Amino acid sequence: MKNPRVALFVTCLVDLFRPTVGFASIKLLEEAGCDVVVPRQQTCCGQPAYNSGDKADTISIAKQVIEVFEDYDYTIVPSGSCAGMISKHYPALFEKNSDWLPRANKLSKKTYELVSFLTDVLGIDSVASEFNGTVTYHDACSGLRELSIHDQPRLLLSSMEGLHLRELDDANVCCGFGGTFCVKYADISNRMVETKTQQVVATGADTLLAGDLGCLLNMAGKLQRDGVELNVRHVAEVLAGMTDRPAIGEPGKD
Amino acid sequence: MKNERNNIINNVRKSLGRTGPIDVKRAKELNERINKPTRNLLPSRTDLPKNELINLFQKMAEDVFASVERVKDIDEIPDSLSDYLKRENLPAQVVMAPDPYLDTTPWEKQPLLEIRKGLPEEKDMVSVTSAAIAVAETGTLAMFSGPNHPSTLNFLPETHIVVLPVDRITKNYEDVWDIIRKIPPTEENLVQMPRTVNFITGPSRSGDIEQTLLLGAHGPRRLHIILVESE
Amino acid sequence: MTGSIPSEFKENVVRQLADEDLRQALTKSKGHFTGGRQKAKDNLPEFDALRDKARDIKDHTIENLDFYLEAYEKKVLSSGGYVHWASTAKDAQEIVLNICQSVGATSVNKGKSMIGEECDINEALEAAGINAVETDLGEYIIQIRNERPSHIIAPAVHLTKAQVEESFRETHTHLDPKRVLDEPLTLLEEARKVLRKKYFEAEVGITGANFLVAETGSSIIVTNEGNGDLSQLLPRVHIVLASIEKVVPNLEDASTLLRVLARSATGQEFSVYTTVSTGPRRDEDLDGPEEYHVILLDNGRTGMLGTEFQDMLRCIRCGACMNHCPVYQSVGGHAYGWVYPGPMGAVLSPGLLGVDEAGHLPNASTFCGRCEEVCPVHIPLPKLMRHWREREFERHLTPSSYRKGIQLWSFVALRPNLYQWLTSLQMRILGLLGRRRGRFTSIPMAKGWTKYRDLPAPEGKTFQKQWSERS
Repeated sequence: MKNPRVALFVTCLVDLFRPTVGFASIKLLEEAGCDVVVPRQQTCCGQPAYNSGDKADTISIAKQVIEVFEDYDYTIVPSGSCAGMISKHYPALFEKNSDWLPRANKLSKKTYELVSFLTDVLGIDSVASEFNGTVTYHDACSGLRELSIHDQPRLLLSSMEGLHLRELDDANVCCGFGGTFCVKYADISNRMVETKTQQVVATGADTLLAGDLGCLLNMAGKLQRDGVELNVRHVAEVLAGMTDRPAIGEPGKD
Repeated sequence: MKNERNNIINNVRKSLGRTGPIDVKRAKELNERINKPTRNLLPSRTDLPKNELINLFQKMAEDVFASVERVKDIDEIPDSLSDYLKRENLPAQVVMAPDPYLDTTPWEKQPLLEIRKGLPEEKDMVSVTSAAIAVAETGTLAMFSGPNHPSTLNFLPETHIVVLPVDRITKNYEDVWDIIRKIPPTEENLVQMPRTVNFITGPSRSGDIEQTLLLGAHGPRRLHIILVESE
Repeated sequence: MTGSIPSEFKENVVRQLADEDLRQALTKSKGHFTGGRQKAKDNLPEFDALRDKARDIKDHTIENLDFYLEAYEKKVLSSGGYVHWASTAKDAQEIVLNICQSVGATSVNKGKSMIGEECDINEALEAAGINAVETDLGEYIIQIRNERPSHIIAPAVHLTKAQVEESFRETHTHLDPKRVLDEPLTLLEEARKVLRKKYFEAEVGITGANFLVAETGSSIIVTNEGNGDLSQLLPRVHIVLASIEKVVPNLEDASTLLRVLARSATGQEFSVYTTVSTGPRRDEDLDGPEEYHVILLDNGRTGMLGTEFQDMLRCIRCGACMNHCPVYQSVGGHAYGWVYPGPMGAVLSPGLLGVDEAGHLPNASTFCGRCEEVCPVHIPLPKLMRHWREREFERHLTPSSYRKGIQLWSFVALRPNLYQWLTSLQMRILGLLGRRRGRFTSIPMAKGWTKYRDLPAPEGKTFQKQWSERS
């Protein structure tokens, strides 16, 4: 089969906070034989508006995303929640719109979260990168429940010699990010991330991984406020062997 | 009051997008569903031959802290029951359901056992009844209220002893409904439900205090089942 | 009744998070119900298929609700019972009082009933000089503490053993103050003795109903204690309080729903007592109530019927959603301020109270989806919470600063060139500011975040900027 032509939906958090994840995604996709394109006219998937009840803006943003991404073989997203937004929620937005519904359906079927795309569509079962250390993995909610992402990152991580995975207690319980929830209901969010980070520390791992940057920023921020020394990274960084950069929240090297 | 009823029914219809009652054709289908019910999916765990079904019933009942003892036939019931009372340090004094099966049990074999037939009183510590049917699926007893079985016997005394011939053990709850439906209908009621059907699965319990499982919340603290293996 | 109201959710949360007793109680109960449910699921291969069937049964009934209600009523009447219809909570109160006064009741026993809570039946009875006694152990405990239940199945789950002991000592003043009461069993036995007396005093017993069966005109309750049974068997009058969506077509449908109810709630295969009651005692019966009354309550259900919230009417009140909800497990049930906590409360309360009163509830969710995952009748709870947020947004009930922020974000997101220019600038600045330490401990306008967490610094140049520089 000819190299699949893949468009990277980088996500606003990766774009703004941690471009490394974007580059790691591209590396993984290219190593797997994809031609990767990054459409310029991309910003946000529309989740903030959607979860705030602003349906009108969500629809406008979704139309923009559909227009920009619909002509590629696949749209790949280094985030379970943004991938879930496009593939599971876009069609519902256009339920009553006979012009846009087929387009939303079409894009929905071609949109995947990064790691599960590598394993489930491209059949990748190992990565060439190296890593030495103990990691623990948090299952971000949307990826887990909307897209059934659970085994796939564990499969690829376990293929890395020197990487030792310790399962996190309550790995599938929410970390308390939830988009705007973490600032609107900060007190509750704090209790949830407190519980989560205590469990992370209890694994004794030196690195925390997940597939969603929102969760990672939330957990890293809490760990660092509590003075805990633990590397927090997006799973793509480890899989792509790009762990020479500072971990999330760590000072930059000059 | 009639107004409230019509208001609510009309609001239901309005909300469902109807101006009046369901059309005759659909009403007929719905009546079928009410009067000729069919079984939904049943768990396969009860697809067992009779003797294994009895074992399943016993296991499920014991899992929920009922005690179960088997006797060969009706003649062995009195001794088994008296022994149980002695073991549990209970007085040889029971209040018993006026039940035909219990009436034919040879209680005279235990002459020191005091038996009173009828409703339980505050002083009664042990009640004895049979069960109309038992459901192996979850180790559940089914009691039908009636002149042979006042329901309060199932709840008031601290210890409840149930005599259960094994041929009354069925697979699923649905079997209980079929047995009830065999009772001849009247003009008004196709199904002659007993006033109360009590499904009982183990002794009374509560987890309301720090999720600690405690037996004997209001109903009996002890549920003892005597399985009678043959006539 | 001390408690709170849903509109004070944020204040309630602060109070609840600071409550160390609550934290201890929640930690102790954590895993108990979730582990139980998982075990029950593992023990029944047909569990998920039964859930699908349960959903279908409820959907079918709801779509034909008028038919089934009328069929149910007919059967209750022909079995010698009475049916009353209450549009509002106030109507339900009046009907209960009328029945109680008609038999000169001075004392009423209550089996656990969420509809009873919803309609403040106890308050109405007490105001009319009638003593209302909660017989469910958990409900009894919170009654003597003058609290609302914090969970629809386990009303006292928010309390520690020590708190229960304290309440018993304060209330049961007729007992020896030197008695030992520190073990759960001693507490249970004391409650059993106290309540056993009360069972024989009441002229009326009020229970809820898990299901109403149209085929036979029966009401079904499930308990583990047997208190609902004693409440309905001993008094002269049995009143069943049930909302209209409790009706199911036939006994087989009820059996299917019962199979998923206890397993989802506590992990038990079947509740200890599942009781099917049909009318008053028969002539040949030796015990049982002389009068059997069913009160069918609307109180907002017809308002949810036919709307995008109709699916919520499938709820069989198992409590699985709140057992699995990380928000509920952090703040407990009282934070929600009314009868129905957790995810099901977050969807139902705005439906019954209005979204202006209860709007916080569907907003205080991360949409993690665990609730929907465990709901035995597949209610899409996060989706319904989102619908409430949409209703708020349309009605401009969303707090204005937040609304403006979201609209500003969307405005910029719809203009990629502007977006990239702005974010490139912003992140460059933040990146430079944060480079040394790698994080921010405080940021203006981001107090919600930085109150409890550091904010990791952005890497600096946005991805789009770097990508455009490469090509």
